[in-house]
Amino acid sequence: MHALLGENGAGKTTLMRILYGLSRPDSGTISIGGEPVRITSPADAITHGIGMVTQHFSLVGPMTVTDNVLLAGAGVGRLDRRNGRRLVVEAAERIGVGIDPDARVDRLSVGEQQRVEILKALSRDCRVLILDEPTAVLVPQDIESLFRSIRRLTDAGMGVLFISHKLREVTTISDRVSVLRRGRIVDTVATRGASIPQLAELMVGRRTVGVRRSDRQTMHDTDLDAARSIDEPDLEVDALDVPVDRPILSIRGLRLAGPSRNALDGIELTVNPGEIVGVAGVSGNGQTELVQVLSGVRHPDAGTIEVNQTDITGAAAADVIAAGLGRITEDRHACVVPHLTVEQNLVLEDLHRFRRGPFLDKRAIRAHASELIERFSIKAKPEDPVATLSGGNTQKVLLGRALSRDPLALVVSQPTRGLDVGAAEFVHTQLIARRAAGAGVLLISEDLEELLALADRIVVIYEGRLVGELPVADATPERLGLLMAGEAAA
Amino acid sequence: MELAYLALVGAMLTIATPLVLAALGELICERAGLLNLGIEGTMYAGAFGGFLVAIESGSAWTGLVAALGIGLLAGLFVGMLAIGLGVNQHVAGIGTTLLLIACCDFINRLKYGAGSVPKVEKFQQLFADIPLASQYLLTYLTFLVIAPVVFVVLRSTGFGLRLRAVGENPEAADAAGVSVAATRYAAMAVGGMLMAAGGAFLTLAILGSFTLNITNGRGWVCIALVIFARWRVVAAVLGGLLFAFVDALQLQLVITPEFSGVPREVMIALPYVVVIGALALSGRNLTYPGAYLQPYRRS
Repeated sequence: MHALLGENGAGKTTLMRILYGLSRPDSGTISIGGEPVRITSPADAITHGIGMVTQHFSLVGPMTVTDNVLLAGAGVGRLDRRNGRRLVVEAAERIGVGIDPDARVDRLSVGEQQRVEILKALSRDCRVLILDEPTAVLVPQDIESLFRSIRRLTDAGMGVLFISHKLREVTTISDRVSVLRRGRIVDTVATRGASIPQLAELMVGRRTVGVRRSDRQTMHDTDLDAARSIDEPDLEVDALDVPVDRPILSIRGLRLAGPSRNALDGIELTVNPGEIVGVAGVSGNGQTELVQVLSGVRHPDAGTIEVNQTDITGAAAADVIAAGLGRITEDRHACVVPHLTVEQNLVLEDLHRFRRGPFLDKRAIRAHASELIERFSIKAKPEDPVATLSGGNTQKVLLGRALSRDPLALVVSQPTRGLDVGAAEFVHTQLIARRAAGAGVLLISEDLEELLALADRIVVIYEGRLVGELPVADATPERLGLLMAGEAAA
Repeated sequence: MELAYLALVGAMLTIATPLVLAALGELICERAGLLNLGIEGTMYAGAFGGFLVAIESGSAWTGLVAALGIGLLAGLFVGMLAIGLGVNQHVAGIGTTLLLIACCDFINRLKYGAGSVPKVEKFQQLFADIPLASQYLLTYLTFLVIAPVVFVVLRSTGFGLRLRAVGENPEAADAAGVSVAATRYAAMAVGGMLMAAGGAFLTLAILGSFTLNITNGRGWVCIALVIFARWRVVAAVLGGLLFAFVDALQLQLVITPEFSGVPREVMIALPYVVVIGALALSGRNLTYPGAYLQPYRRS
């Protein structure tokens, strides 16, 4: 089990694409079992026993699990579906999971789809399995299950290459770690002898990693502490003109009907100026719906939402923005128009500010973009299409767009999912700076570490209801975990 | 009276044959992710080319084989534009249609000028004395062999699985070691042959000759039928039969005294109205093949 560690854009995925024949190298050789091989297409890679699970799954949605598995090996003649089912079930046994071979892939959860990808590779008798950022899309329970599956495979003698930018996962699961930075392997070490700070330094190329509020005394997670510097971010945001004695965001009796039960069931929540309130919960317990309702994308069936004393319940998205609510939702790709440029995406929420007569004021848009690119250190030019940006830079574009209006309240969902350490650090710094300026932040995250590091209070959402609230000083991962599982009242 | 019903159903089967052939061809292309708008031109070229070769060789069968060859080339030509060069599929298809129709009309004018177009020794109906069963061999083949084969191939063979995979998610097919381009070319080749066979049926079986605008928009009808059928073989066959039934009905009604007051144009428009109506009713909430209209490039 070999892990490949590196920040976004360090070249991890490029290397894997070359191994799997999706990209061609300019020079160099690949050897398998000591034999140099040429891999010019995925078919070659499969023949040489390389199996790959990419970040974006290569599954045909409307087909069954069996058909997806058969797609690779099948000739042109009649399909042997019975044998296919057997292959699926056998492979599933090897990794210790159950799966229905006749289920349609697009009806499966993300975690199950990933299992299908692994089954595909196994059914082709791969000798090396490459997993590219396999945990980025998974919820915590699925990550556990994935790790168990990987261990079964390595115990059975298979080579597994695990690509990640998450230090903790790499140290949990791997035997050896190679660190990739700017297209070079900077070091390969045995995991056993490596510490997280050491790996982090290798990966980023400098010492400081992580953000923690300086007023935070209780440190909950021990393994990352050493890597974190205790620095208040050095960022200047002008204090916002907010009344400090009233909640900036208040939610009362919010209800939204779902397919079987209420997706949101009587949510009561207030966020005060200068406060970060964290919402913890296992995904699928109403977080997505909460953000949708707060963003004005969906209308609640009951309840009211007020931003700075303005009722925005059921208001259109534009009015929600005008009331002073900034939003960063969990699916960052759904919030940008990929084919439009960075500068165009940056002004998308308030085009009316960039008009000259009936026309767009191109110069103002460009100036606005240049300023935000500078301020949020977005690694792109104003005229680059957003589709060409990495996840971290896309998130910075969204952050820039939301924050450029100096919102009084912020609703932020999974802001660092899939981001590397550097980008996540940047996002955290920005949120803390907003809090310091007096904005109220509602932070919805599945990353407990993130919540514990940033929030003043943490509420737990379970089956559409808030089941507990803890000041961060009293919150521990264990207590939160029990609440998230719906097992205890606070 | 019973005889009239049988005649109606018999006419429906004959009229449906070219539609079903071409619609199956289009369905194969579209399941592979390619909207082949060359269909109208391919049918036209199949009709004219098949007719011309039949005249020259004296054999309708030779004409049919020639039509298949023309269809193959036409399919590969649209494929070359849309797959190889990544041209917009609408442009590639409509361009090919315009080109093929113009070429056929041009050759037709050179060959026969303003004079009359000769008659060809056309296919004969089997079982000529039995009302319903008296059909062309090609009609039997279409409904009893070709349609079931297309159904089974798409559903239960490796080729069909690959074809659907490149139409739904070419990235996944590529990662599974399937050649996206080769599979799509194969679909275009087979699809083109079926379209041209449908066209040739018009000249070599139904008419025995060639007239300008012989396909008369049947290719476009087939496009609608495939969407109406939601890319399913059985539904496409039934859709073709429905259109043909209304067409056969209006042909009967035109010669029925009671309906002599209805303008002829209304009658002719009837089957098209039915197709538009069926599409309007069924066209909502469609799930198109995932890679519909998308050229594939490894990024």
